[in-house]
Amino acid sequence: MPARELFDQAEFNMQVCNACRYCEGFCAVFPAMERRLTFAQADLRYLANLCHGCGACYYACQYAPPHEFHVNVPRNFAQVRAETYARYAWPGFLACLFARNGTVVSLATAAALALFLLATFWFQAPAVIFAAHPGGDFYKVIPHGVMVWTFGVVALYVLLALAVGFVRFWRETGEPLHQFVEPASLGRGLLDALHLKNLKGGGDGCPYPDERPSHARRIYHHLTFYGFMFCFAATCVGTIYHYAFGWKAPYALTSLPVVLGTIGGIGLIVGPLGLLRLKSKRDPDTDEPSQTGMDAGFLWLLLLTSATGLALLGLRETAAMGTLLAVHLGVVLGLFLTLPYGKFVHAVYRVAALVRAALERSRPMPNVTFE
Amino acid sequence: MNAPARTCDVLVIGGGNAALCAAITARKLGASVLVVESAPKAFRGGNSRHTRNFRSMHERPTDVLTEAYPEEEYWEDLLKVTGGATDERLARHTIRRSASCAPWMVEHGVRFQPSLGGTLHLSRTNAFFLGGGKALVNAYYRTAERLGVEIAYDTEARELDMRDGRFRSATVANGGAEREIGAKTLVAAAGGFESNLAWLREAWGPAADNFLIRGTPYNMGRVLRALLDRGAKQIGDPTQCHAVAIDARAPKFDGGICTRVDCVSLGIVVNRHARRFYDEGEDFWPKRYAIWGRLVAGQPDQIGYSIIDSKAIGNFMPPVFPPVKAGSIGELARALALDPAALEDTVRRFNGAVRPGTFDHAALDDCATEGLVPPKTHWARTIDTPPYFGYPLRPGITFTYLGVAVNERAQMLMADGKPSANVFAAGEIMAGSILGKGYLAGFGMTIGTVFGRIAGEEAARNARA
Repeated sequence: MPARELFDQAEFNMQVCNACRYCEGFCAVFPAMERRLTFAQADLRYLANLCHGCGACYYACQYAPPHEFHVNVPRNFAQVRAETYARYAWPGFLACLFARNGTVVSLATAAALALFLLATFWFQAPAVIFAAHPGGDFYKVIPHGVMVWTFGVVALYVLLALAVGFVRFWRETGEPLHQFVEPASLGRGLLDALHLKNLKGGGDGCPYPDERPSHARRIYHHLTFYGFMFCFAATCVGTIYHYAFGWKAPYALTSLPVVLGTIGGIGLIVGPLGLLRLKSKRDPDTDEPSQTGMDAGFLWLLLLTSATGLALLGLRETAAMGTLLAVHLGVVLGLFLTLPYGKFVHAVYRVAALVRAALERSRPMPNVTFE
Repeated sequence: MNAPARTCDVLVIGGGNAALCAAITARKLGASVLVVESAPKAFRGGNSRHTRNFRSMHERPTDVLTEAYPEEEYWEDLLKVTGGATDERLARHTIRRSASCAPWMVEHGVRFQPSLGGTLHLSRTNAFFLGGGKALVNAYYRTAERLGVEIAYDTEARELDMRDGRFRSATVANGGAEREIGAKTLVAAAGGFESNLAWLREAWGPAADNFLIRGTPYNMGRVLRALLDRGAKQIGDPTQCHAVAIDARAPKFDGGICTRVDCVSLGIVVNRHARRFYDEGEDFWPKRYAIWGRLVAGQPDQIGYSIIDSKAIGNFMPPVFPPVKAGSIGELARALALDPAALEDTVRRFNGAVRPGTFDHAALDDCATEGLVPPKTHWARTIDTPPYFGYPLRPGITFTYLGVAVNERAQMLMADGKPSANVFAAGEIMAGSILGKGYLAGFGMTIGTVFGRIAGEEAARNARA
């Protein structure tokens, strides 16, 4: 849909919603909307990123299609979010990666995987790769320094790209940058994100994948997100062990990094599988088909990351370890490289929008005008 | 006579709040229940889909209602708005029974929200549905289906076979196909006739052509007509309807809540000759908005224009359509297709009559006109700060009062005052007995819920007997 038409529809939706307000108990979008009388593109981008796409307002809407007003906030805001992801992408010329994102993510992962496999076989003797290493010592196959440098450089790039996107988004809302770290609002915004408060549909859960309220999506998202965080924590603990205590990997199955990684890995299997299953059953009325590729691509990548990671752990003392290590690291590299150009960015803009909403709530109701 | 195509214990005609409360109640008492809803699934629920809250008596604060709203106060509020056009026994019965509605509603899937925004401060008297009336309707349909109530959408009841006050069967139509449904009892919960433009025209004359219908296009009044033709006792007359002034650009049907225009008391309202015709500041807007539909209906071509200047912006709920905006009064008149000289003259004379005062929209302030006919008795401020804004207004019909009489058991009364053997009525189709005039926010849903439940219970019992 052309951007103009998209924002015209978004503006009209918000005018209908603002004159109706029946949905104000569902989530943060509608109270934020009520602080405004007019809806410029920057307002709509902010509100769209505040929207979790749960669908509660659609099923409750007296103006939803086939009503002639054709109000479908979840779908329209999903389209606006897609526009913002491309708009804030850094560097700008990579914004095109958000179009056909499923294909992009698949190709990038395949490329990263191929790269890791080729490099491993180029630099390492087959006798080492295909040997069983006692304790599963993977640094024998790919040295520690190679891993640190590869992922260190990529991680820094990813952080930079995400940070630029965040700053662009935040600036466009009109808030000065330092307001983001205002402690009370930052805390409330983060808490809302960590609880997925806005996926509770006002209490009973959100009507996802169909009109019946359910907590399934929130639970699977929690499994996915906290699975991701456990894996991240495993990496952090491993890093501390390595540099602070000189304890080198591989670690025992009962060690903290392995336990954290295993729990996270299981979350990252159950969570994405659940989300994929819900997505496949989603009511076509609220779904935005152009984003299925982006959503599914990211979920499959997470799934692949945890599956290869758990396989590596399980088979680390066998001759398959070397190959599995290269495969796992290739997938992780694909995941890292596509973080700023895929579904992951929703987390950045969602948190920013939630903090902004908390900031707004901390201020008195503005004296709104048409000007 | 041929046997009906199918039969059930309780046939519910209608698919809104009252109908579903009746269907759920009857089904839970073991009756087989068929609901025939004339709308397609997407537009099910009649006018209930446009509602937002219900008015509930309560002696102490509840999780969704503040303070207390005792029976006496509730009754006095009703007495005030109806000017006595009510039936005290039925009204008090409704009020008392309203106290036990909220838990029943929650048990059957309805969710309430803590009242947040909005302009009508009703959190003491009214409980707000989370997501509004359509969410309530959706919840009731889910519950009804789960309990085994059969639902036929797109199915309009056309004829009733009734003899001596006893219902036998109904002829219903789905698409082109008609079939007959027999039932031991009938619950008539099919709303009023406000969507029936021909009937409105009969009652109101050609002026009705300029009315907008705020709610469902499916309230054709066929069941109401059939019941009256079969000897039911009539309540009210067809000229009585609840109408508010809404944005003239609203759709003919189903514009709902968002088409309201809440800035009347902040400016002036003129007719198509650019002349004022009523005191815009007579009382608080929530107490006055319900008269403006009738006022505009009484003007030439049934149109009015609310005119404000930029001082008013931000003091009222934003309407759905953007205002017509201009840098001068003359320009605004041209944009609204009014005579510029006439509007300039009206505004000049209004501004000249405004006496100094302290503006306070939250109180009946002392900003009034002097020597102006009609006067503006509160919130009169000169219209002098561009840009100027205008909203065109039309009468928007919310519901009609014409209905059938019932007793406290929701039994429909026949013209001789005796109850029908097996016909019960609930919702807008009988609400005129209790709310014969005026409007009390959320009271329609209260009547629908209370009488829907009574009708369901009585119908199930009657079917078993």
